Amino acid sequence: MSETVLNVNEICKDFGGIRALDEVSLTVHNKEIAALIGPNGAGKTTFFNCITGIYTPTSGDVLLKSKEGQDRRVNGMKANHVTELGTARTFQNIRLFPSMTTLENVMIGTHCRSKSGIWGAISRNRKSRSEENEVIEKSYHLLELVGLEQYANELACNLPYGKQRRLEIARAMATDPFLLLLDEPAAGMNPQETLALQDLIIKLREEYDMSILLIEHDMKMVMSVSDSIFVLDYGRLIASGNAEEVSENPAVIKAYLGEGEDV
Amino acid sequence: MSNTVVAEKGTQGGLAFFFTAGCDSFAESLKKSVLAALWFMFLTFPIMVIRVDTIENTIEWRWLNLALIGIGTFVLSFLWRWMLARKELNKGAAAKESSLERSLTLATSIPAAKWTLLACVAVVAVGFPHVAGMYQTNIMISCLTYIALGLGLNIVVGLAGLLDLGYVAFYAVGAYAYALANMHWGFGFWTILPIGALLGTLFGIMLGFPVLRLRGDYLAIVTLGFGEIIRLVLENWGDVTMGPSGIAGIDRPTFFGIEFGVMNSINYMYYIMLGLIVLTIFCVNRLQNSRIGRAWLALREDEIACQAMGIDKTKTKLMAFALGATWAGMAGVVFAAKTTFINPASFTFWESAIILSVVVIGGMGSIRGVIAGAIILILVPEYLRAFAEFRMLIFGATMVLVMVFRPQGLIRAKRKVYKYEKASVTGAANE
Repeated sequence: MSETVLNVNEICKDFGGIRALDEVSLTVHNKEIAALIGPNGAGKTTFFNCITGIYTPTSGDVLLKSKEGQDRRVNGMKANHVTELGTARTFQNIRLFPSMTTLENVMIGTHCRSKSGIWGAISRNRKSRSEENEVIEKSYHLLELVGLEQYANELACNLPYGKQRRLEIARAMATDPFLLLLDEPAAGMNPQETLALQDLIIKLREEYDMSILLIEHDMKMVMSVSDSIFVLDYGRLIASGNAEEVSENPAVIKAYLGEGEDV
Repeated sequence: MSNTVVAEKGTQGGLAFFFTAGCDSFAESLKKSVLAALWFMFLTFPIMVIRVDTIENTIEWRWLNLALIGIGTFVLSFLWRWMLARKELNKGAAAKESSLERSLTLATSIPAAKWTLLACVAVVAVGFPHVAGMYQTNIMISCLTYIALGLGLNIVVGLAGLLDLGYVAFYAVGAYAYALANMHWGFGFWTILPIGALLGTLFGIMLGFPVLRLRGDYLAIVTLGFGEIIRLVLENWGDVTMGPSGIAGIDRPTFFGIEFGVMNSINYMYYIMLGLIVLTIFCVNRLQNSRIGRAWLALREDEIACQAMGIDKTKTKLMAFALGATWAGMAGVVFAAKTTFINPASFTFWESAIILSVVVIGGMGSIRGVIAGAIILILVPEYLRAFAEFRMLIFGATMVLVMVFRPQGLIRAKRKVYKYEKASVTGAANE
């Protein structure tokens, strides 16, 4: 396998006396699509929050490949610094900026890759103008990528649900990540939209060299797109492997369907 | 779809709709109105009906007032319900644009109309002190001051969404900076104007640091406390600030060393303030559609998502606080120069509340809204002086009405429309 971009080493997260994550280890390789699945409340989103700096893990290491090729330990870092290093995420319950336009939402993503400050904004000198044009251009391309270019000047809150999810992906892509974390990207989508999303995810990997870690409940999609699957249950990693291995794993079947009582 | 809209419009105008608005039947709305009338008659009974004549030792019963209040409330309650029901029906339409906003958008979309409109405003603004008297000009200066303050607070509250109730503290910092520097060292207005602005920025950052982790109500309380602390310091640190008696005899601004008489200097003050406003509008307008402005908006909309998208929350918040305070500092210097006398009583919580009302009633994050808000909130009470004791009542009623019928403010903020020329980037657009 190629080099790893994300290496999570036995992280734990406690909320008071509750252990939400218990020694979870996981690796994502370059240009790999990995899926994190598990029943509701298994700790999948908590895991995402620990990686992206929204929570600080109680113990363990989150190592992220940096631009120089070395591993950087990111736990305890602020969310915006983690994003600057090259991860970007979407949210389970869509967190767009509702009263900004679709294009502006994507432009926000470019914030950490651009520089112009207060003086640049007020004077509108050549440097900040050209930077602004670049930002607009890049954001338009990303909107085209997710097929939302005709909604560019529409307020984000007026978009239908499925399109909002795609917009979140475009916004995440605007931060120039190498690792994309998608939290239930297909939730609330109809089968056609899910298929289109599947194509988009594969396209992101092929054309933009993304490594992708996604949380998803749509098993059909998970099984067809992911190279490796990790299963969480009650904060513990109970299985990992490719689609076949995982779907035949008795522990996974037990977690999802429960165990028969009849002896 | 369009049929239902037409139908709604039809019922909306009808007399039947007026009489049953907000109720199931006419009987019910009649009952509601009668109850409202009885309740108001009861409430106002002691003040509107009984009049005690302490000299003659008699009580006068003014039953006519009671009847008038009953009838008035009865009619008004129908009107009130009708307006509320109409607002409910038009909810979809209200989300779009009001007629005022629509005409403004239309006017600004045509370049010729836009420039004519701007030229008209400029001519009126420049010519105002020559046409109106000294009293009117003075009122206009204070209105302009509130526009500047409102636009400054708009950065903090409207754009970045940080509820700041102690904004007047920075205003006080600017005013006292000029008053003290002028009293002790004889510094002139033009020297202190940038220094006052800078001090405002500094205090903005000083307040910003400890409140970085706070949001919403908590932030409001802490900033309120900060505002009061500054005022109390000004009041009690008599050795430096001269205490409650204030500082008098502050120099008016000079024009390249030339001093003016009282009349001319008011006109001069007006033009200085006008220049400051133009500068403020220019800066705020450019800021709000920049990278920084977008970051502020994102911070207001969703703090967690904003941080996850790589925006440094700390830096962005501090920038908003600092820039907002800069304008308050500047306005403070102008205020001290205009009144030539300042004392802590000018910087009470009431001022903060008024500035905040200007922003909220005008429309959060909207420059035109803030200007409209300041004009209404500052000029209306002035011109209502004719109504003497009802002045504040009408003022309060205006605020309530605006909040009920236009909670999003008089003129809402509009996002910039970006145009994208494909031709310029054909090479890259191929993928």
